[in-house]
Formats: sequence, C-alpha cells, structure tokens
Amino acid sequence: MKGCEIVVEALLKENVQVMFGYPGGAIMDVFDALYEAPINFILTRHEQAAAHAADGYARATGKVGVCIATSGPGATNLVTGIATAYMDSVPLVALTGQVSTQMIGNDAFQEADIVGITRPITKHNYLVSRVDDLPRIMKEAFLIASTGRPGPVLIDLPKDIQKAETAQTYPESVEIRGYKPTYKGHPQQIKRAAEEIAKAKKPIIYAGGGVISSDAAKELKELAVKAEIPVTTTLLGLGAFPETHEFSLGMLGMHGTVYANYAMAEADLIIAVGTRFDDRVTGKLSAFAPHARIIHIDIDPASIHKNVTVDIPIIGDVKSVLKELNKLIRKCDSAEWLETVKGWKEKHPLTYDMKGGKLKPQFVIEKMRELTKGEAIVATDVGQHQMWSGQYCRVTKPRTFISSGGLGTMGYGFPAGLGAQAGFPRELVVVISGDGSFQMNIQELTTAVNYELPVKVLILNNQYLGMVRQWQQLFYRGRYSSTCLARNIHCPKICDGKAGKCPPYVPDFMRVAEAYGAMGLRVEKQKEVVPALKKAFQTKKPVVMEFVVAPEENVFPMVPAGASVKEIIKGMELV
Amino acid sequence: MKHTISVLVENKFGVLARIAGLFSGRGYNIDSLSVAETIDPTVSRMTIVAHGDDRVIEQITKQLNKLIDVIKVQDYAGEHFMERELILVKIHTTSQTRPEVMQIVDIFRGKIIDVGHSYVTVELTGTEDKVDALIGLLKPFGIRELVRTGRIAIARK
Repeated sequence: MKGCEIVVEALLKENVQVMFGYPGGAIMDVFDALYEAPINFILTRHEQAAAHAADGYARATGKVGVCIATSGPGATNLVTGIATAYMDSVPLVALTGQVSTQMIGNDAFQEADIVGITRPITKHNYLVSRVDDLPRIMKEAFLIASTGRPGPVLIDLPKDIQKAETAQTYPESVEIRGYKPTYKGHPQQIKRAAEEIAKAKKPIIYAGGGVISSDAAKELKELAVKAEIPVTTTLLGLGAFPETHEFSLGMLGMHGTVYANYAMAEADLIIAVGTRFDDRVTGKLSAFAPHARIIHIDIDPASIHKNVTVDIPIIGDVKSVLKELNKLIRKCDSAEWLETVKGWKEKHPLTYDMKGGKLKPQFVIEKMRELTKGEAIVATDVGQHQMWSGQYCRVTKPRTFISSGGLGTMGYGFPAGLGAQAGFPRELVVVISGDGSFQMNIQELTTAVNYELPVKVLILNNQYLGMVRQWQQLFYRGRYSSTCLARNIHCPKICDGKAGKCPPYVPDFMRVAEAYGAMGLRVEKQKEVVPALKKAFQTKKPVVMEFVVAPEENVFPMVPAGASVKEIIKGMELV
Repeated sequence: MKHTISVLVENKFGVLARIAGLFSGRGYNIDSLSVAETIDPTVSRMTIVAHGDDRVIEQITKQLNKLIDVIKVQDYAGEHFMERELILVKIHTTSQTRPEVMQIVDIFRGKIIDVGHSYVTVELTGTEDKVDALIGLLKPFGIRELVRTGRIAIARK
C-alpha cells in the first residue's frame, strides 16, 4: 500500500467518521486517497478553524478529533488550534503534509519545521522518515491522543513518504515502553481519602475537566450525594455535576460565584477531582484554601504538587478511583456546613441589574437557557460573554459546554460549535460569541451553510473587546487603549465612549450573514429577545443573531489576578 | 541544590530537542548535559545536572516522565552513585612554569596530551571536586581554553 493509502486505512480502522481540513501541494496524495473514502470530510475556510472544529467535535463526542492541512503555512495555521487543544487536554490528531525527505532543511517551498514548532504544544509528535513506520505511527498517535491525560498529537507526512510503498500493515495494537499511564489508584491512598472524608466537617468537591474526560459524572454524583458534600466545578468541568442540584455551587475562580469561592476558602477538606489548581481558580497561592486538607485525584502525576501541596494525592483514572472510593464512603458530618453554604447562596447570588435602558448580556443568556431547557450544546468564544456563559448556562450534562479555558482563544467558539454540530447533526448547538471573537473566524459561515450545520450564533455585541476594556476600567484608570471595536480613524484619539458621536458599527452582521446564505437577526430591545431566539431555534439554517447589549457591562464577581478571595469584587459600586 | 538526573530515552531523532525544549520552556536550569547510546542501540542515556529546590526537581522529574520518548528517569540524589567528568584544558606555559604545571597535573594523575612553545593541553577525569580543584590550581598560570563533557554517573548497586 502507498503511504497515503495507509493514512486513510488507519483513519477508517480508528473509526474516524468526520474530519476537518484544507488541502495543499504537500498533502495532495492523502487527499487523493480520501476522495472516495467513507469519511465525512468538512472543508473549512481556514486551517485554524479546522483545528478548532476537530477540537469541538472531540469535546462533544468524546472521540478523537482529526484535522489535516498542508505543509508550511497550512501547518502553521493549525498551531493556535493545537495549542488550544493542548491546554485543555483534548484528544486530537493533526496530520500535516511536508516537503519530501530530501528537501527537508533546505528552506524548500512551503516548508516549515512544524514538528519543532509544535513540540511544546503537543502531547507527542512525529515526522515520518520511513514509510514502513507509518502504520505503527498512526496507531501510536491515536493511542497517545486518547488515553491517559488526552492531548493533541501531530504527524508530519513528507510528500515522498505519502507516495512510497510498504508491505507493513496496520497493527492490531502497539506498546510504547515510555508511555504507561496509571489508571488504578493506590488502594491505600483511596482508603486514607475515605477516612479523611469521614472526618470532615466542611468538605467541598472541586471538579474539573478530568471528570468529563474520564466519563465519571455518575461516580462524582454518587460521591457527592452519598457523603453529602457540595460541589463546585471549573469552567472546563461544567456539566460534570448538574448545576440544578441543590449541592451545586456553580463555577469557582476568578469569575466564579461568591459562594463557591467562599466555600473553597473556608473548607476543611478539598476533594480535587480531575483538575489542576489553575491560577484562575487559586488566585494568590499563599492565601489559597488556608484551612483545608487536600485530596487530589488526577491521572497526570505532574499536576500533583505542581502549584499546591496536597495531603493525599491519588494518581489514577478519575472514574476508576471514584468507583473504589464510593465503596468506602459514608455520609459525613456536614449538615451545619451545608446550611452555611446555603446561606451564602441566598445572601450572594449571581446578580445583574436591568438599569441603563440597554439590553443586558446576562439576560440574553438566561433566556437562551430557559428556552433550550439547558438541553442545547453550548460553545463559547472568549471574553466577558464566556464568563457570563459559565455563570448563567446552568449546565447539567457533560460534553454540553465547550469553551477554550486554558489558552482562552478568541475565534474558537464558532468553528468549535460547527465541530460539535457535525458530531451531533440533530442536536441544537448554540454558539455564544462576542463581536470581537466572532470576526476572527467569520469566514466559517461558508462551512456552516455548505455543510448545513445549523448552529445558532448569539453575538453579544457591546462594541468593545469587553474583557480587556473591563480591566482597563478597573485597573488602568479607564484608558481604553485599542479596545473600542467601533472606532475608526476619524474618532478622537482619547475617547471614553461617552461622546455619543460614535460611527456606525462595522460590520453589519446581518448583511454579512445574508451574504453567506445564513439567516441574520438583530435584537436591540428586551421584549424582542425571546421571539427572536424562538425564531432562530425553529429555523433549519445557520443563524447569526446580533444582540446589541450594554457597552460597559462588567463581569462580576471578580477575584483580581494574584489576589485572594478576601479581595473579591462583588459589583461595580463596591470597587 | 544540584541534582544528577539520569534519563533513558528512545534513541530517535528529536528526543534531545524535546528534552531541551522542556527545560527551557519551563525555565529549569541545566548545568550540564551528556548523552550517548547505551548497550541497547535503541536506547540512549542522558545525564542532566540541574539545580533547584526540591519542588522544582520533583516537577522536572515528573515532566520528564510524561514525555513519550522517555523510558526511565532516575534522580541520583540521596542514592549512592559514582560520578565522573572529563575535561581538556589548555594552559599557558613558559619554559619556567612548565615543570610546575606538569607537577600539579601529575599529582592529580592527569595527562599532558599536547605541548607547544607556550602551552600544554591537559586531560583529566575525575569527580566534580577533583576537577574543580585542578582548574583552581591551574588558573593562575592562565587558562587559554577549557572544554568539559559534563557529568556522567552510574548507580552503585
């Protein structure tokens, strides 16, 4: 078989049903082999979108996402998408064309050392230098991407290798001597953890993306309910525990709820499951969880003791460890604590006001949530709208909230939503985006229309690069340096946005949507929100909805970077 | 604190770059690095001397273990191990100072491997202390050039 045929055979053997990409000179042979293959190939309009779409597909379905690009600029265009997947531990296989092996290192046309460039942002990568190695490499790549702590794997395929013949066949299994993740938790550690939990008076479960990767939502709920422990999740953990449950504290961290952050700060036992104590969650490390003993369950040994010293580390697959732990768990003495936490929930709920006469972004998200009953798959872009989404979506099921957390990549949401839709053609997929983020991959409207991926995009248009503007308002004395997206060259150099002489916003998103063949809807008044959403959800086409929202609305609560929970800002008047 | 870490890796192209990248990307300090094939031609051994507190060294070891191409990581700290380094050093000499230099080299059981009108080149193998001591004694004569291999180590048991 030729190298390019082996690639396609490998994809079919790995049960790849959907893939995303963009062709080019150095990858033509693989595309030729793909021409009649029974794989749903989605041609995006930028390689970055192909990578994000593969990522969104992987997060929604749990399968390995596959994207493909040509050498040089095609490969480098994948870099942001690969880095996004790396930071959030998403299983991805990226295939790139490369110049022929004899030309490598010669500054050939469309040559880029993509293996060198992606080395720090892939779980592993390969340059195939002999076609005989290709079947084994493909098998290894899928194994590495999808097991242990998942992550992106890149395979660089030189043109001559794609054309070369080999008698090697796709292996049934491979063993990699340097890669042996630990799945089963140490029984002694699990026993110690159960003992700690039994003694705890103020326990809290802090759950992250690892619970979802491990498909352990059922085991997590069993632990929380059996032991009677409240649960908070990270942005990536939303859906690991139903937010409608009375024990749910919603999201924690920089823009998490007041009660989740208070509970973490006052807990005497933190059970960290499938999470990594990221700086957006811990704030100032020296002030983090001062009274708590910490149990840390994670499949990646490097995450343990990385930022925070823990008392009972348990290395293993979250599902497997929780299954064993649940056998030893009994109800702990948390009744008083649960009352305290309930009190905080009542005293400091998430709140926003309806003053100012303009539509509020939080209102739009709440109405979306209401109309979809929380059943939609929600993909978000990055910024203020992302944080409001994390606060107000009240996610109940895993793999229904898709957001770039670790890297925070603007432009991620729309293609990721398309990827999720490709994985679930009959589900409702909603993309919550901002006027800044949406323009970064706006060209994918073609992909949405041509492949009939009827995602519903909600652009919360505040005419600003919102999150940065908020920081400029709070920490840079309101100097809005390059954050106004409505500004043109005729605007005064120094402007606080209140002169009232703003130019009309460019672009007119409705006309852009229509030019691409999608439906466009604009909403400016509160009473128009629900009818517009209903209309969008009933349409079979992709829809771009522009909600003109209050320009200077801020995300609260906020624990400023490097601060502790004590310095939490609950609202503008308290700044 | 200095740690000697021995890493067994797949003998494949790019592995050295991957490990160096890991260190530089995370800001860990490499004092020296030595790498070569082992008896098994598919396996290479890298000996890395790094310094940092316990927390940093723990992270280094864990991050190294995470790499697919890394087969085994051994931190020799606290264990019994033998360590050696090889140096070649070119010393400025005159006909007057040469005998003294030769005497010092002799005491350290080093070898003079090259001699010229105004220099000698010395080869020495030894522990870090021994090597540092020789360099210290030869400094006053004027060191023209110094090349070190970096430490290699082997466990005692």
